[in-house]
Amino acid sequence: MKVIQEKHPLAIRWTHWVNFPILMIMIWSGLLIYWANDIYSITIFGYTFVHFFPDWFYQWLHIPQRLAEGMAFHFLFMWFFTLNGIFYVLYTLISGEWRLLLPNRHSFKEAWQVLLHDLHIRKMVPPQKKYNAAQRIAYTAIIVMGFGSVITGLAIYKPVQFYWLTWLCGGYHLARIFHFALTIGYVLFFIIHIVQVILAGWNNFRAVVSGFEVKEEPAAVIEIRTPVVVKQKKANGKKTK
Amino acid sequence: MAKKLSSAQLQELAIEKKIKRRNFISFSAFFIGAGAAFGGWKWLYNSPQETAGITAGTRQPLRRALNKTELFFRRIFSNDHVVKTYPKERAAKVVRVNSDIGMSTDNFNAANWQLSVVKKNGHVLKIGIEEIRALPKTEIVYDFKCVEGWDQIQHWAGLRFVDFMAHYGLQEQAEMEYVGMETPDGAYYVGLDMESALHPQTLLAYEMNDQPIAEVHGAPLRLIIPVKYGIKNLKRIGTINFSNQRPRDYWAEQGYDYYSGL
Repeated sequence: MKVIQEKHPLAIRWTHWVNFPILMIMIWSGLLIYWANDIYSITIFGYTFVHFFPDWFYQWLHIPQRLAEGMAFHFLFMWFFTLNGIFYVLYTLISGEWRLLLPNRHSFKEAWQVLLHDLHIRKMVPPQKKYNAAQRIAYTAIIVMGFGSVITGLAIYKPVQFYWLTWLCGGYHLARIFHFALTIGYVLFFIIHIVQVILAGWNNFRAVVSGFEVKEEPAAVIEIRTPVVVKQKKANGKKTK
Repeated sequence: MAKKLSSAQLQELAIEKKIKRRNFISFSAFFIGAGAAFGGWKWLYNSPQETAGITAGTRQPLRRALNKTELFFRRIFSNDHVVKTYPKERAAKVVRVNSDIGMSTDNFNAANWQLSVVKKNGHVLKIGIEEIRALPKTEIVYDFKCVEGWDQIQHWAGLRFVDFMAHYGLQEQAEMEYVGMETPDGAYYVGLDMESALHPQTLLAYEMNDQPIAEVHGAPLRLIIPVKYGIKNLKRIGTINFSNQRPRDYWAEQGYDYYSGL
């Protein structure tokens, strides 16, 4: 029999979906700014593997010559990005959701098992509550990253008034590099996140919109009396474990 | 048995109905929200340009946001927040030149240059470079930051703006809200909030790397204001004026933040 199982509280769904367009706008306006001094690349022993970013990329997204516009958007949406993040963290702290989200002492070992399972190397599903160990690590890391973006952002936005933040980030240059690298991190996170969501299927995705999952549960208590149903229950019990 | 089954079926149906109902409500809300967000974005992206005035060149709501954000960060501004300084050896020998707006050589003769200071009552003070050089000199080696994102450690020396104001008895002007500076040809101009202008590291600079400033860097006298982006560091100052309204500002007319403070 189908059962409704509550999964994501409204506040978490809300902040998740509000963050999505805001982060997109922040990344886009960040590109408009970065273009004006696009000095980063991955260069090893004098060989440049990637230059951030190739010309076709800029042309494709209409990035060039829009620095002032980029700054104006960036310095408006930074408020929403920050406030939404603060709201999310406060909610998880007050509601106790953080217990399901923060990695615990088993998480790092289990995350490895999750990875092996996801890559079809290992058959057994690692134990989990709402989130598996890899999810705990990923969803906590993304919050730490968001916090890092705000800190490094402030460090390059107001390096005089927040000189101590700039110092904490290892200086103006390093702060700008971190700020950039975190953005690349979001894009990588996003790609993996989308693949995982597709693989996890409709029930999982729906929960991020409607809040619940539908589970198959053993039938009502009255039927347990017949031995046949008891057997069924056992079988079902094994399945869900 | 039949009765039991039907009650279970009924229960199943009830749950099915509940699932459908909740799905409908939440997905409706989701799509309405997404539509509203998209509409809001369209509205912002297509919002009209501000009326060209002291500031221009950006969308009206974004300009309002820039101005509000300025108010927020001005509250954090303090003269105690000083720009990090470096030893002289760290200063760049080849100093980057990023702009020559207002630096045309027609009708400009450095030998005849005088600084004009327009006082509140309209009187104009004329000050020669030797007079300024004779006043106490302050040096700074700091990281010059461009709005484009690059920066460079540079070594400048000159008269602190706050000392300049005191020496020429401009206390009354110092109580006004803004300082405006322009090149002699009026082609480049900046507006500065008074607190940033009076910051202890703001200089009227006449030396770079222990030498008189070269022409391209703004000879004979230029502004070095470390609490602002490079766009506010006017080269070759011609006139200084004071106002309680924002003076005109070259890059604020091109869509940049008027404050542009660091």
